Amino acid sequence: MPKIEMRVNGKPISVETEAETLLVHFLRDRLGLTGTHVGCDTGQCGACTVHLNGEAVKSCTMFAVQAHGAEITTIEGLAKNGKLHPMQEAFREHHALQCGFCTPGMIMAAVDIVRRKPNADEKTIRQELEGNICRCTGYHNIVKAIASAAAGMGARS
Amino acid sequence: MYTKPFSYHRPKSLEDAVALFGKSSDPRYLAGGQTLIPTMKQRLAAPSDLIDLGGLSALAFIRKSADMLMIGAGTRHAAVATSADVKSAIPALAYLAEGIGDPAVRHRGTIGGSLANNDPAADYPAAVLGLGATVKTTKRSIAADEFFTGMFETALQDGEIVTEIAFPIPEKAGYAKFPNPASRYAMVGVFVAKVKTGVRVAVTGAGPCVFRVPQMEAALAKDFSDGAIANIKVAADDLNSDLHGSREYRAHLVTVMARRAVAGA
Ligand SMILES: Cc1cc2nc3c(=O)[nH]c(=O)nc-3n(C[C@H](O)[C@H](O)[C@H](O)COP(=O)(O)OP(=O)(O)OC[C@H]3O[C@@H](n4cnc5c(N)ncnc54)[C@H](O)[C@@H]3O)c2cc1C
Ligand code: FES
Ligand code: FES
Repeated sequence: MPKIEMRVNGKPISVETEAETLLVHFLRDRLGLTGTHVGCDTGQCGACTVHLNGEAVKSCTMFAVQAHGAEITTIEGLAKNGKLHPMQEAFREHHALQCGFCTPGMIMAAVDIVRRKPNADEKTIRQELEGNICRCTGYHNIVKAIASAAAGMGARS
Repeated sequence: MYTKPFSYHRPKSLEDAVALFGKSSDPRYLAGGQTLIPTMKQRLAAPSDLIDLGGLSALAFIRKSADMLMIGAGTRHAAVATSADVKSAIPALAYLAEGIGDPAVRHRGTIGGSLANNDPAADYPAAVLGLGATVKTTKRSIAADEFFTGMFETALQDGEIVTEIAFPIPEKAGYAKFPNPASRYAMVGVFVAKVKTGVRVAVTGAGPCVFRVPQMEAALAKDFSDGAIANIKVAADDLNSDLHGSREYRAHLVTVMARRAVAGA
């Protein structure tokens, strides 16, 4: 079995796993990080979005072995010292979730959008959310939350 | 597990990768995995060995000379979309890359994987054929006109790795795509370029394989304006017809997208 070493939410991990283990199953079943969800399982819905070396990727469309040597961040890694990440705060503040199934993926995608496009306008945010599907909210409050978090995150740095 | 078990290899060089390929019974190269992994999950592919090209830094580069733009096969769509060199040399190519799938797909998917796969609705084949680029491999150089041979078919031989795509820098180029609203793949995408050798028009999404439209090329060579091709229609007979659109609808879209590509060039 191939050995993989990576950092997950800042913690070094070194284990053996079958090559065919998808990253999402590795995170959920091996590491117990069940915040990362499986929605479609076909790369369309974005519920499984995590950060690979700071970039949003779909963990259902990647084998865990491909993350060897990488830094992975999941939804569990965003809050620091018991304090929610500004994007998590913004989702709460703007009522950007209903059932919450898409939310971990939405938030990971949203943090990535603001990293790449700190001044994204509403149209850009909607385009950038192309790969994240929400069955409940109609997206409106998600877009509002991202825009407001972008303003807040920009002001802090 | 969804996929059949396989052996995973992380070669250190292209030579290693080719050697591993030769030694395995039913091997596949793995690049961004954005096509191959879904295919394996559906069990439409069940390779015995996956040879991961992802770690090969020799495949990830973008270089510009006076009249050429060279892109390594392992370059991610996101890197092409945001590269200052691509944006200045061939803005239409950066625009095309920015329109592939969604941000997460663009962070993983590579140009080499897209070309090797030659999906009839993929974007890059239109740019490679439209610009008359050269596909370089571990064995040879292949002209775009010879590379795309049919639906999911290319001139690549067993074990041959795409290493680089060399694009001539055009005087002008434009790309327009009508995306499938669900998948973002091209229902029809048209790449138009004015290069040294003349005008080239390449269409993806409409047929089983990317193709050129000589009639439009001739008209645009005389007058590079969208009006010049307003009355040129491709024949619908050989085009794709499916639940997303009839062949007549796609034929109509080819002219509309070609005009937009010219207007945007
Ligand atoms: C949700 C979603 C939406 C998408 N939307 C679009 C879209 O709008 N437009 C579009 O064009 N594409 C789209 N794609 C496909 C995407 O662009 C893929 O990244 C691309 O088709 C394959 O590249 P890859 O690097 O992921 O290759 P992989 O999936 O790793 O490999 C694909 C094939 O190419 C072979 N291969 C890979 N690299 C090489 C090489 N260097 N030499 C020889 N053979 C090689 C592999 O063996 C395999 O057979 C989408 C994919 C997804 C999941
Ligand atoms: S579960 Fe990965 S994209 Fe839907
Ligand atoms: S909140 Fe239910 S799917 Fe988005």
